[in-house]
Amino acid sequence: MHVRSKWLGAMLAAVMAFPAAAQMNITGVWNNKLHEDWPDRLPGPELGDYAGIPLNDANRLRAKTWDASLITLPEYQCRVHPSDYASSFADIRIWQDIDAPTQQVTAIHVHHFAWETERTIWMDGRPHPPEYAQHTTMGFSTGKFDGDKLMVTTTHLKEGWIRRNGVARSDRAVVTEYFIRHGNELTWAALIHDPTYLTDTFIRSRDYQFAVAGQIPPYPCESVVEIVRPRGTIPHHLPGTNTFLKEYQDAHGIPEEAAMGGAMTMMPQYRARVSELIKNAKK
Amino acid sequence: MRKLSIFAVFLLALVIPSLAQQNNDVKVWPVRDNIYLIYGAGGDITVQVGKDGLLVVDAGLANMSDKVLAAIKTISPLPIRYLVNTHFHPDHVGGNAAIRQAGATIAGGNVTGDLGAAASQGAQVIAHENVLNRVSAPTGKQSALPTNGWPTSTFFNDEKKMYFNGEGIEIIHFANAHTDGDSIVYFRKSDVIATGDLFTTIMYPVIDTAAGGTINGTIEALDKIVDMMIPVYGQDGGTLVVPGHGRICDVGDVLNFREMTIIVRDRIQDLIKKGMTLEQVKAAKPTFDYDPLYGNNSFWGTDKFVEAVYTTLKKK
Repeated sequence: MHVRSKWLGAMLAAVMAFPAAAQMNITGVWNNKLHEDWPDRLPGPELGDYAGIPLNDANRLRAKTWDASLITLPEYQCRVHPSDYASSFADIRIWQDIDAPTQQVTAIHVHHFAWETERTIWMDGRPHPPEYAQHTTMGFSTGKFDGDKLMVTTTHLKEGWIRRNGVARSDRAVVTEYFIRHGNELTWAALIHDPTYLTDTFIRSRDYQFAVAGQIPPYPCESVVEIVRPRGTIPHHLPGTNTFLKEYQDAHGIPEEAAMGGAMTMMPQYRARVSELIKNAKK
Repeated sequence: MRKLSIFAVFLLALVIPSLAQQNNDVKVWPVRDNIYLIYGAGGDITVQVGKDGLLVVDAGLANMSDKVLAAIKTISPLPIRYLVNTHFHPDHVGGNAAIRQAGATIAGGNVTGDLGAAASQGAQVIAHENVLNRVSAPTGKQSALPTNGWPTSTFFNDEKKMYFNGEGIEIIHFANAHTDGDSIVYFRKSDVIATGDLFTTIMYPVIDTAAGGTINGTIEALDKIVDMMIPVYGQDGGTLVVPGHGRICDVGDVLNFREMTIIVRDRIQDLIKKGMTLEQVKAAKPTFDYDPLYGNNSFWGTDKFVEAVYTTLKKK
């Protein structure tokens, strides 16, 4: 009996030491597949296109008064994409830290080619910092495996954007992400909860392909003065004066109501409403 | 003085609810290297620690002094040598007397003269001269602070420099911004700036018009703070900021705040040019898109901010 107990103990210790059976290895270099939402990604969204975003009235006004010339200011030129938007661009490298004695994953790191940003997803059960701690563009992330999916919760984000045409995401947002590996494919889905500027959760998903010999090059960025302006100048449109907002609607035949977004424009059934609006406009 | 008292009451109204939510706990949080934030005692307090002792930026509310001193003791048992006031409001200078009394000025040799040990009693309290003017009063009049809480070392020009705990420290004054006596404190080696209420994360820029505050002075101060900050990349990392209220920040946060401030200033300026009265400007909701972020503060909400911007722009 004594020998059997020792064996049982050893087996139990061995089982305990293994990572959760369903835990998925997502490390490596992953190439971004740009087939989805192409116009919104590398070319960039058009001005006045807020369709599919559950933004509230305050956020809509921010977007309508936003001026793309803002990013000509030197201090805005190298502004990096926040972690909840970074998935839209370029390739990523994922690696992990292992605690040697237990062989448990203690942290997962993601490096984004775009702007060389890096984030850490803590897997060691640590709590999120208090409200008065610093916010960053990557935020503070903790993760755990939910079956074979890595579920990540991110807080402490600096203000960012939902779409880079002026639609804001506040610094109070909480983002839930899922990293799901299907063989050599990886899906990265972000659910953005921002009661300050969104009336509903905004969901964005991106797909990646495993790159066996993948490498991530550097991404240097240097700011320069492009336009000499007086101090204290921020390019923006006064409310009601932005003449560019109609261009997207006119170019694509999109009704204004749909272009201005809102939770209803996320729903599949909204297609019928768009058809109705177009029909009415032709009358 | 009456206007100042009303402002002081508003400031107490600002901080008391937030303190209640934290069960009156005062928290210490590391900012970088030898710089710490003390949070929850009124305005944010910054502490620099080193072999020479402690330098404290702002003192919090008077009734929080015991907790502030207890929090400081958890950082270091060394004496407080300097207390710097960023401006004169009671949530930043209320604890002056207690913190000063708990500290000790560096003194000795010829400096002490006949005073002996008394020369080192109490920390030096450094502030712009206008802070002293605002917290003191002529003999026979009631002052905003008891005499043992008044600044003991004032400057009247734009900057005071000092070297303490192995790093250069710049105390930079801004005229007519949040008040007429604002200073920021820049720790050059640690690369941390304590801004006082020139920058906060919890409300619109507080412009104390009765004490010389203006919207354009506030923007100039924010411009200068941005100029001083160097991020690691883009708008991330590098120089850190301890605001007057709220969380630790970097340049991205200050840029967002400055962006909002300038946009709202421009909108109100445009409405003034159109001949609108204050009530008409308020009705036009020039801050509508930023109200969910900054407009819900019970002390300094949208109406007060719009009124202060309107008032100081009209005066131009």
